[in-house]
Amino acid sequence: MSIKRTLLSTAVGFGFATTIASMASAEEITIATVNNADMITMQELAPAWEEATGNTINWVVLEENVLRQRTTQDIATGGGSFDIMFIGAYETPIWGANGWLTPLNDFADDADYDLEDVFQLVRNGLSADGNLYALPLYSETSFTFYRTDVFEAAGIEMPSEQITYTEFAELAAAVHDPDNGMYGTCQRGKAGWGENMAFVGTVANAFGARWFDEDWNPQLDSPEWNAAVTYYVDLMLDSGPPGASANGHNENRALFKDGKCATWVDATSAAGDVRNPETSSVADKTDFVKAPMQATAKGTGWFWSWALAIPASSKKVDAAKSFLKWSTSKEYFELVGETKGWVAVPSGTRQSVEEDARRVEAAPFAPAVVEAILSVDPADATLLPTPYTGVQFVAIPEFQGIGNYVGQQVAAALAGQSTVEEALANSQDFAVREMTKAGYIK
Amino acid sequence: MARAVSNRTKTLNTIVAGTLGFLLFFPILWIVVLSFKTEENAIRAPLEVLFSSGWTMDSFSAVQARSDYFKHFSNSVIIAVGSTVLGLIIAIPAAWSMAFVPSKHTKNVLMWMLSTKMLPPVGVLVPIYLLFRDFNLLDTRIGLTVVLMLINLPIIIWMLYTYFKEIPGEILEASRMDGATLREEIIYVLTPMAIPGMASTVLLNIILAWNEAFWTINLTAANAAPLTAFITSYSSPEGLFYAKLSAASVMAIAPILIMGWFSQKQLVRGLTFGAVK
Amino acid sequence: MATKASRSAARLMISPAVLLLLGWMLVPLCMTVYFSFLYYNLLQPGSTPFAGWDNYYWFLTDPSFTDAIYNTLVLVGGVLCITVIGGLCAAILLDKPMFGQGLIRIMVIAPFFVMPTVSALVWKNMFMNPVNGIFGRLVTGLGFPPIDFFGQYPLASITFIVSWMWLPFATLILLTALQSLDQEQLEAAEMDGANWWNRFIFIMLPHLARAITVVILIQTIFLLSIFAEILVTTNGGPGTATTNLTYLIYVSSLLQFDVGMGSAGGVIAIILANIVAIFLMRMIGKNLDA
Repeated sequence: MSIKRTLLSTAVGFGFATTIASMASAEEITIATVNNADMITMQELAPAWEEATGNTINWVVLEENVLRQRTTQDIATGGGSFDIMFIGAYETPIWGANGWLTPLNDFADDADYDLEDVFQLVRNGLSADGNLYALPLYSETSFTFYRTDVFEAAGIEMPSEQITYTEFAELAAAVHDPDNGMYGTCQRGKAGWGENMAFVGTVANAFGARWFDEDWNPQLDSPEWNAAVTYYVDLMLDSGPPGASANGHNENRALFKDGKCATWVDATSAAGDVRNPETSSVADKTDFVKAPMQATAKGTGWFWSWALAIPASSKKVDAAKSFLKWSTSKEYFELVGETKGWVAVPSGTRQSVEEDARRVEAAPFAPAVVEAILSVDPADATLLPTPYTGVQFVAIPEFQGIGNYVGQQVAAALAGQSTVEEALANSQDFAVREMTKAGYIK
Repeated sequence: MARAVSNRTKTLNTIVAGTLGFLLFFPILWIVVLSFKTEENAIRAPLEVLFSSGWTMDSFSAVQARSDYFKHFSNSVIIAVGSTVLGLIIAIPAAWSMAFVPSKHTKNVLMWMLSTKMLPPVGVLVPIYLLFRDFNLLDTRIGLTVVLMLINLPIIIWMLYTYFKEIPGEILEASRMDGATLREEIIYVLTPMAIPGMASTVLLNIILAWNEAFWTINLTAANAAPLTAFITSYSSPEGLFYAKLSAASVMAIAPILIMGWFSQKQLVRGLTFGAVK
Repeated sequence: MATKASRSAARLMISPAVLLLLGWMLVPLCMTVYFSFLYYNLLQPGSTPFAGWDNYYWFLTDPSFTDAIYNTLVLVGGVLCITVIGGLCAAILLDKPMFGQGLIRIMVIAPFFVMPTVSALVWKNMFMNPVNGIFGRLVTGLGFPPIDFFGQYPLASITFIVSWMWLPFATLILLTALQSLDQEQLEAAEMDGANWWNRFIFIMLPHLARAITVVILIQTIFLLSIFAEILVTTNGGPGTATTNLTYLIYVSSLLQFDVGMGSAGGVIAIILANIVAIFLMRMIGKNLDA
């Protein structure tokens, strides 16, 4: 054991080493990960695990879209290039049901790991047919970030109860001041089912829209979708930053932290980063309220979880499980809290972590975040009945393709390349084609 | 050079061409500047960036901490050089036979070879991926070397063919009279005469292989990933990243840029594709 | 000069290259053709029944298909125009006597060494970002509303980025060709009273014809399969504004994981590429003879 290591990581590593003492030979595992802040932190802290177990890790860090493409391609062909993959709440149940992932049910038997401590909703989201297929690093819903100082200067008070999107647009317009580099609102515009469609999907839910009716007929040409997308495009044109159609979550996060946005409806998992004085220039001037509603409050906050899973094609399942156990354990969250600050702890995963006094002190917003996440019901997220589960996505394999296409069309409408009507008509045609091809529509 | 050119014209030419050169070169210059700045300074207005105090190497160390540059660098070198050398070994005999023993099919064969380069790689990725999986070639340097060699082989053959054609056949015949075998003829007579052309072939193919960004990203994971894969993790990260992106970019292109500059003369001299008689 | 022995030796020597390329072409091609007749979606494991011409039907009737063809042609044509004309001007300029010629030439050829992913990332973020990019600041500094390059002029922006990378290549080849031009011929023409334009049209351009065809051929080969620049900057959008054929196949086979339809697209792209190839080869073949 090296003396150079910090006391803390020694303690964590040691406590951990005893639990996997049976593992003898050192292995090299390959992890496919996404370039989000929490994952980069994990990469920085992972040497503690490597030293404790003697294993080594090859990190493959990719941009989200590329990560999805590479991991799906590898797992579906049984390529076996990766031992651990970061995947989300959309892929996990589908891939698990396909038999592509290693079931992780034995984690329930590990008293130290305490699987029960992970929120039930999150575990359910990462299971299929009663089997657990991935372990969460963080979970999120969406809510409204707003700049207290900007609203104060404008003499506007942000209501604490859930407002409507109409009211939200008025507020955003009131604080919009582009000449001084302050945009009324920043929202996702970059095309992709996991990018702009995450936000647009929740707006659509709020306006009473749904992706499919009970017989899987696409509903993108409905008046509700039209109202929602028209609202979105108008909101961004009136109060958004220039070039909004290129901004995804990460770009908006950078803009918000740089103090350029007055409001932002996005992932709760960004709250810690935005409120972290080390990484954000607006740490002490940001507060949060619920995401707006409109015709309904159902499905106005999305549900997502970034989790680690082991492909069935991995040949190093034991080492991979050992890393999974470490990187989602209570000890790991503790390690992040002590080294990166408790405000930066990955959020929405473990009850004990969220209730930890140090966490609550450093991140007073944490209980509200947890409450918001737990209030999401992916099985009942739309005003009208649907045959699917999922808030901002539809949990069928075909959704990726449809969601990406609709995302592109919405981005085209936002960029002024087409009208909302054209965009939604194209989207509807495409969705009907895809659903016919896949056999949902006879 | 027959006429004397006045210094005034020369100065004027220099200014116009210099401006053009500067504009084309500016993006590269700019990322070099940004790579030595802090993230906070890197997103400021251009003039503020330039005169902001504080030059730092932090971005380079941050990039190195995230992914091992030298591993990616050595993969890039091995794959680029390996595929070029392998390509030469196969291309030299082929180009020789097309240049010196032409048949009525030679031109068609050459054109067919070039046409294989027009196939869109995305169309055949899944088949190749499945083959690579079955032969255990995924994420291996050897697999990638072979693929890049095959991709660039038509260009290598074509370039060599055009150089060989310029060599007068009489010289070869003379060496044959002296009793040289075919092998000796190629190694001792032909190759030395074609050195300038070969140098530029080698250089061009190293550049093409170094910059190839479809197969290198899709067929590798960790072990064989070259610099093209290294750069993809900087495409849309959370938070400020201009300085880190610049640093990573500089690290990815610097080796090939420096090589290109030093070998500029050799590269340019041979880069004719038979277009100059 | 060719004896019987050297003929068979020649065949022997060319065969590795031919066999390798044949294999490289045929094996994936056969697999692609085979897949294109199956219902084969990676996301739905299990049986892959015979699909007949369904995949071709779906790909050809894809609303993005005609856009993709159009975009491919505009992109290839646009970049070729810019690089050939720009390359001609740059080559003529660089051929003139000047101070520091070596340094200037180094600066001009530098973009050719930059990998496509890096160049796309740098242009997208450091230059064309409407808020923090240099162009964005320039435009707002002059008092104009910021320009969202990839939103408002997506295809033009990508054409621009790709041209930046290929302009040096065209310049280099044309410059090399220009330098081999007989100066005395030019001077004789000048003595005879031919003005610059006439000298350009009647002496320089014919001399450069072969070099220009070579530039067109090589660039077309690479431009038909432009991919990384689109992936990094616009993902084919907004809408289908920057989806070329290569990117459309990528969307079908690697984003929707419909290998059957993607393969059908691949086969169609191969057929189209070969049409372009035959056309180009005819043109080049004539010019490269003798």
